[in-house]
Amino acid sequence: MRWRTTLAVSFSAVILASACAQPGTTGTSSAPSPSAAGSAAAFKRGDGGELKILYWQAPTILNPHQATGTKDSDSSRLAVEPLASWGPDAKPIANALAKEIPTVANGGVSADFTTVTWKLKDGLKWSDGSAVTADDVAFTFSLIKDPASAATTEDNTEGVKSVVAKDASTVVLTYDAPNPNFYQWGVGTCCGILQKKQFADFTGAKLKDAPGNLKPIGTGPYQVDTFKPGDVVTYTINPNFRDPNKPFFKTVNFKGGGDAESSARAAFQTGDVDYAWNLQVTAGVLKPMIDSSTKGKMLTVYGSSVERILINFSDPNAPGDQRGEPTTKHPFFNGADGLTVRKALALATDRKTVAQQFYGNGLSGKPGCNIITGIPEFESTATQSFCDSFDVTAAAKMLDDAGWKLGADGVRAKGGVKLNILYQTTVNAVRQNTQALMKTNWEKAGFKVELKSVPAGTFFTNTSPDGANHFWSDIEMFTNNSDPDPTSYLNGWTTKQIAQKSNNWQTGNYNRYSNAEFDGIIDQLRKETDPAKRATLVKKANDILILDVVIIPIVTRTQVTSGISSTLKGVVPTGWDSEMYAIQDWYK
Amino acid sequence: MGRYIARRLLIAIPTIIVISFVVYAILALAPTDPLSQFGADPRVPPEVRARIREALGLNDPWPIRYVKWVSALARGDFGTSFMSHSSVMDLIGQRLPNTLAVVGVAYVIGVILAVPIGMISAVRRYSFFDHFATTFAFVGFSVPTFFTGLLLIIVFSINLRWFPFIYDSTLQIHDVNSFIDQVKQSIMPITVLALFDTATIARYTRAEMLEHLPLDYVRTARSKGLREQVVVLRHVLRNSLIPVVTLVALGVPAVFGGAIVTEQIFRVPGIGELLVRSIGDGDTPVVAAILLIFAVLVVLFNLIADVLYAVLDPRIKYT
Repeated sequence: MRWRTTLAVSFSAVILASACAQPGTTGTSSAPSPSAAGSAAAFKRGDGGELKILYWQAPTILNPHQATGTKDSDSSRLAVEPLASWGPDAKPIANALAKEIPTVANGGVSADFTTVTWKLKDGLKWSDGSAVTADDVAFTFSLIKDPASAATTEDNTEGVKSVVAKDASTVVLTYDAPNPNFYQWGVGTCCGILQKKQFADFTGAKLKDAPGNLKPIGTGPYQVDTFKPGDVVTYTINPNFRDPNKPFFKTVNFKGGGDAESSARAAFQTGDVDYAWNLQVTAGVLKPMIDSSTKGKMLTVYGSSVERILINFSDPNAPGDQRGEPTTKHPFFNGADGLTVRKALALATDRKTVAQQFYGNGLSGKPGCNIITGIPEFESTATQSFCDSFDVTAAAKMLDDAGWKLGADGVRAKGGVKLNILYQTTVNAVRQNTQALMKTNWEKAGFKVELKSVPAGTFFTNTSPDGANHFWSDIEMFTNNSDPDPTSYLNGWTTKQIAQKSNNWQTGNYNRYSNAEFDGIIDQLRKETDPAKRATLVKKANDILILDVVIIPIVTRTQVTSGISSTLKGVVPTGWDSEMYAIQDWYK
Repeated sequence: MGRYIARRLLIAIPTIIVISFVVYAILALAPTDPLSQFGADPRVPPEVRARIREALGLNDPWPIRYVKWVSALARGDFGTSFMSHSSVMDLIGQRLPNTLAVVGVAYVIGVILAVPIGMISAVRRYSFFDHFATTFAFVGFSVPTFFTGLLLIIVFSINLRWFPFIYDSTLQIHDVNSFIDQVKQSIMPITVLALFDTATIARYTRAEMLEHLPLDYVRTARSKGLREQVVVLRHVLRNSLIPVVTLVALGVPAVFGGAIVTEQIFRVPGIGELLVRSIGDGDTPVVAAILLIFAVLVVLFNLIADVLYAVLDPRIKYT
């Protein structure tokens, strides 16, 4: 299975204030929503006026399967819902079409993790009044799965053999092989269910011309009233929404455009909006705004996003077409002294200062020690002491002891090999600051560091020699995150997944890391069905990546970083799904 | 005159074809890629991107795409946006009213204010008013709109809370209150743009008036015993306005092009905002359509300016 992860786009980072604990709520249960108990009594449908949402990127299309960004998936989510949502604790919650979350325990998931049976809620209706059937779900799947549709959510259908309507309200999903990530298709932003009637004539290549792309009929709490692509979406209450008491707001105005800083002003200073998305503003500007605000507050939550440094195990400077091929070995990161040099680098990594100065001291990011983070049962504690021990002198001594002697130019060398590092990342103010800080410390320890920054569009491709996939540098830095089930994410460091010329750099192991023990753990993880044993395996895999210094995690970043009106209630952020995943519960 | 206009219109056709080719070629050769926004998103892996590229018809070489585009254009079809898959004409149609309501109104206000200001400045040269107007004009065209825009937002939206700075394009004017809301939300962008327009045109009017005031025909008019008012308004102003009218006519296409910076700051969903976002997204059909419409307007208003010149100035004859 391909490396299936989302990459938190980090065009600039941010520094924000507000505490953000993991809001613990319902687990795998059939509770209608995280705040169901509290809010059900708190309001009646349509009690409120207009809810104003501001995104500094404007929605351009409302079919979630043609979304070109978060702005599109989020704005479509008000109307088009998946079977279930990813809740705050990274478990699916049945706040959408599914009656309950299928599990092994309730028989919804087969013991071998190959079939998942979803039951729809009773009496579900589309906003046009017609009945929602399992056929709509099967249709949506085949629409996305069809390569001719060119759906942007197609990746989640990979490895899914079929989605079949067993009866009017039962859908059976079958994977090609046992899949521990059995909620891969059906839950979250990947999988908004479209109405068959609306899209039946627009399958395959015709999908892009479907009128429903601009005005999809859905099952969500709201229906699209007007949509001006690149500007604004207005919604009214879906009269056929399943919960007679929800939603609270009569209308929603989803405005797009502008920039993050003035969005923050609208949320904190003028109170013109109720919800302002992704406030990527430097701390110096944002912090005073939040502190002095009587109108708004920050809403943040951690998911699995980690800003990390990757170490190259192959030789990026190998001659000819051998650059970065797995057959080559990095001159000092891979070999007899490899672990010592890697450890020295990790030891001289000052993640606390990065988190403090560039991520607002634990507000849009906190020091990160693990690559698997955000889910308590998977979070390892074995790495903490290693990551707390920032010590440049100790790093220098370690290299000294291993025979890497300081040359006249201040660079350590051994046997004619100098510790020269080329360090690449994307063009982004926070990343360039981080690079500069790393360079200072690493050079004190005796490395020579050259910095390189590449535009994000070029960096995140498999086609550019300057890209993360080719990894033709010694180390590189970016943010990535995991599905709630980390199997496919961790699979990205197995030998089979090594990115190289022969696979057109399409696989996830950019490090070219190869470790039989790690591969074995991942193989076990694919088969293991016992939750406790799975957790142990995940932690083991995580610890290998950290302690063998394949990656150096720097900062765990917030997934939601939005400003909300002080009067807005019922908003429970999740780090695993659209920020709009439970908008039916919002009220004032 | 009729023959002249006909000839100019005929010349305009190849001009516009050449412009369309250049515009399309530049866009095709530019490094922006409509799929670049997927770059940072591994949920859309390379093979899915390749399919999207195919679906958008981007696999054809660009000269072929150009020919397809021009032939669709000849049938009046501007194509569909890569981003929203909706018709480019619809997108422009949704935005034109906002641009006219803000940029257009600002231009009209600018012209209405500028001519009297320029005139009085010239007649009362070096008076207090002239000094004031000159200072104002220099401020008007030296201070960039992104600065005045932010200044107005901080003073009037954030400190005084008088006006909103998020333009609501869904507002419909049906009574006095909604009209007041419209005035409130557009007054700041209009002020920013009108300041610039007024400054430019007022300086121009002043310079033209000063050139004409010492001329012989003005002395003749005065010596005939005409009142100063008549001399200034009927003789000097009319003659001075000829180049000003040309300038104003040539500025009209720019109104349709929108105001990129100002629209962005105040979130006015106008043509300028659409243009700049589409360039960033590599949304070629939208960019090409806007630039082409803009080119047609420039050619057209050049012709209108020339014709107006002849109408206003009897000494000029086109044959």
